Amino acid sequence: MFDYNGVPSKEMVSSVFPSEERINKGPVAVIECYKEIPCNPCATSCKVGAIKPFDDINDLPDINHEACTGCSVCVSACPGLAIMVIDGSKSDESIVFRIPYEFSPLPQENEIVDGLDRFGKKICEVIVLRVQNLPYQDKTPIIHVEVAREFLYDFRNIKVVK
Amino acid sequence: MKTTDIVIVGGGPAGLTAAISAASSGAEVTIFERSPQIGGQLIKQTHMFFGSEKQYASHRGFRIADYLLDELNKYKDKVKIYKNATVLGIYEDGVITVDLDGEYIKMLPKRIIVATGANEKIIPFPGNDLPGVYGAGAVQTLMNVYGVKPADKVLMVGAGNIGLIVSYQLMQAGVEVAAIITDLFITGYHVHASKIARMGVPILSGYTVKEIVGEEQVEKAIIAKIDKQWNIIEGTDIEYDVDAVCLSVGLSPLVELLGQANCELRFISELGGYVPIRNLDYRTTNENIFVAGDITGIEEASSAMVEGYIAGLTAAKDIACIHDDYENKISDYRNQLDGLRSGPHSGRLRQGIEKLMGGNK
Ligand SMILES: Cc1cc2nc3c(=O)[nH]c(=O)nc-3n(C[C@H](O)[C@H](O)[C@H](O)COP(=O)(O)OP(=O)(O)OC[C@H]3O[C@@H](n4cnc5c(N)ncnc54)[C@H](O)[C@@H]3O)c2cc1C
Repeated sequence: MFDYNGVPSKEMVSSVFPSEERINKGPVAVIECYKEIPCNPCATSCKVGAIKPFDDINDLPDINHEACTGCSVCVSACPGLAIMVIDGSKSDESIVFRIPYEFSPLPQENEIVDGLDRFGKKICEVIVLRVQNLPYQDKTPIIHVEVAREFLYDFRNIKVVK
Repeated sequence: MKTTDIVIVGGGPAGLTAAISAASSGAEVTIFERSPQIGGQLIKQTHMFFGSEKQYASHRGFRIADYLLDELNKYKDKVKIYKNATVLGIYEDGVITVDLDGEYIKMLPKRIIVATGANEKIIPFPGNDLPGVYGAGAVQTLMNVYGVKPADKVLMVGAGNIGLIVSYQLMQAGVEVAAIITDLFITGYHVHASKIARMGVPILSGYTVKEIVGEEQVEKAIIAKIDKQWNIIEGTDIEYDVDAVCLSVGLSPLVELLGQANCELRFISELGGYVPIRNLDYRTTNENIFVAGDITGIEEASSAMVEGYIAGLTAAKDIACIHDDYENKISDYRNQLDGLRSGPHSGRLRQGIEKLMGGNK
C-alpha cells in the first residue's frame, strides 16, 4: 500500500525502531526513510557519527541507535521530516516524542493537542512539554509531547485544536 | 551591435551556476531573466531541499537563490544581470533579440547558454477551462511569491514531488486539501507522501478527474477510478466540494528558442518531451549554443546546478577562458551527476538519457 497511499505498514515502522531497551535508556532518533532517494543531510548533520556517512548519495540512512544521543539535530535537518526522537526513560507509562512540526499556530507548552497516527487519524490526546524553535532549526520547530506508551508504534503527528 | 562573451538565457539555478562557472573562468557574462526576480523555480520553494549538501540540501529553496547570487557577486565586474528581460529569438547568425523592460534590443554574443527551464503540462477533462483550475506552479507562485491565498479547498491531481510538496505548502497556508489523486501510484518521494498522509489527507491511486463542475468557477470536482486501459470505471465516482483543482501532471522542457536556433531536438517522453541533443559538455548541435537544467530533461535543482557549472566551464573554454582547475572540476561535476542519477528513483531518467545519448551520458 505504501506506493499507493504513502502510509508505511506496521512491519515497516517496527523495522526502523530501536529496541524497547534502548528506548527506555533515553532519547534516540527513529528514521522513517524507507526508499532510496538522492539525499544525505541526515548523515552530514549528525555530530556524533551515529548516522553512517553515505558511500552513495542514494543510500538509505544507517543509524547506530546505541551511538545516537538523541540530540535531535537531524530532526530539523531532514527535508522529508522523516525523523523523530523518542524517549522512554521518563516514565513506565509514557514516551516523550520529539516531532518536527511546520504549521502555525504552534502549540503552547502544557497545551493538550490531538495525537494522530500515520493516516492522520486521531488516536489519543497528548500534552505538549516543550516547543523548540531555535534559529539553527530554520523554521522547522520540534514539538516535545508526552504520549501514552500503548501508542509507541502508532503516534506520529499532532493536531492543534483551535 | 552590443557584444559579450557569453549570454545566459534564464536566471534559474542552472543559469546562475553557469554564470558563476563562466565568470570564474574569466569570461564576461550577461544573464537575461524574463521575471522581475532572479532564481527561477527556487524563489517559490519554501520547503527544505533534498539532495546533496554540496548543492545546499536541507536549505530552503528560496535561500539557495540568494547563496548563488552572493557567489556570483564575487565576479560582479564580469557579470551583468537583466531582469524583466525576455529573450525573444536566437537567429542563424548568432544574434539574439531581447525585450528588455519594453525596449527591443539585439546582441551578438560569442556563446549562448540556454537555461530556460520548463513549462507545466495540463490534461484534458470537461471543465478544465473553468477559473479555479490551476497549474501547481501557479498556485505556488500566488502563495509563496505574492502572498495570495489561491482557494479555500483544493483537489490536487498528481502525486509526484511537485504535487506532494505544493499540497503540503497549501496546508501550511491554511488551505484545505481534499485529496491528492494519481493515475497509477505515488511517483514523488515517499517521505513527502507520508508527511501529507499523516496530516489526514488521503492519497488516492488509480483515479482520474472525470469532470469539474461550476457555473462561473470551480464548484465541484468529480473523480473516478480507472482501469488498466485508462477507462473510467462506472460507479466509482467521488465528489468533492472544492473551489480549486490543482494540476501537477508533469513538466515539459522549454525548448522553443533552441528550435529556432536550429539545435536538433528529439522527443523523449522520459525526459518530459522535446529535448536538445547535446554532448557531455552540454553543447547542442549548434556549436555556439549550450544548455543546462530542466531544458535538457526534467530533473531537480541539484542536477540543474551541476549541469550549469559544466556548461559555464565548457562554453568559457571555447573562447579561451579556461578555468585554472578545469579538468578536476569537470570530472567532479560529472561524478556528482552520475551519483544524483544513480538511485532506484531515477530509473526512468536514466532510460531517457540513455535514449538521448546512446553510450555517452
Ligand atoms: C514544487 C517544486 C518543488 C521542488 N523541489 C525540489 C527539491 O526539493 N530539490 C531539488 O533539487 N529540486 C526541486 N525542484 C526542482 C527545481 O526547482 C527545478 O528542477 C530547477 O529549478 C530547474 O532549474 P532551471 O534553472 O533549469 O529552470 P528554472 O528554475 O525553471 O529557471 C528557468 C528560468 O528561465 C527563465 N526564462 C525562461 N524563458 C526565458 C526567456 N525566453 N528569456 C529570459 N528568461 C527566460 C524563467 O523565467 C526562469 O526564471 C522543485 C520544483 C518544484 C516546482
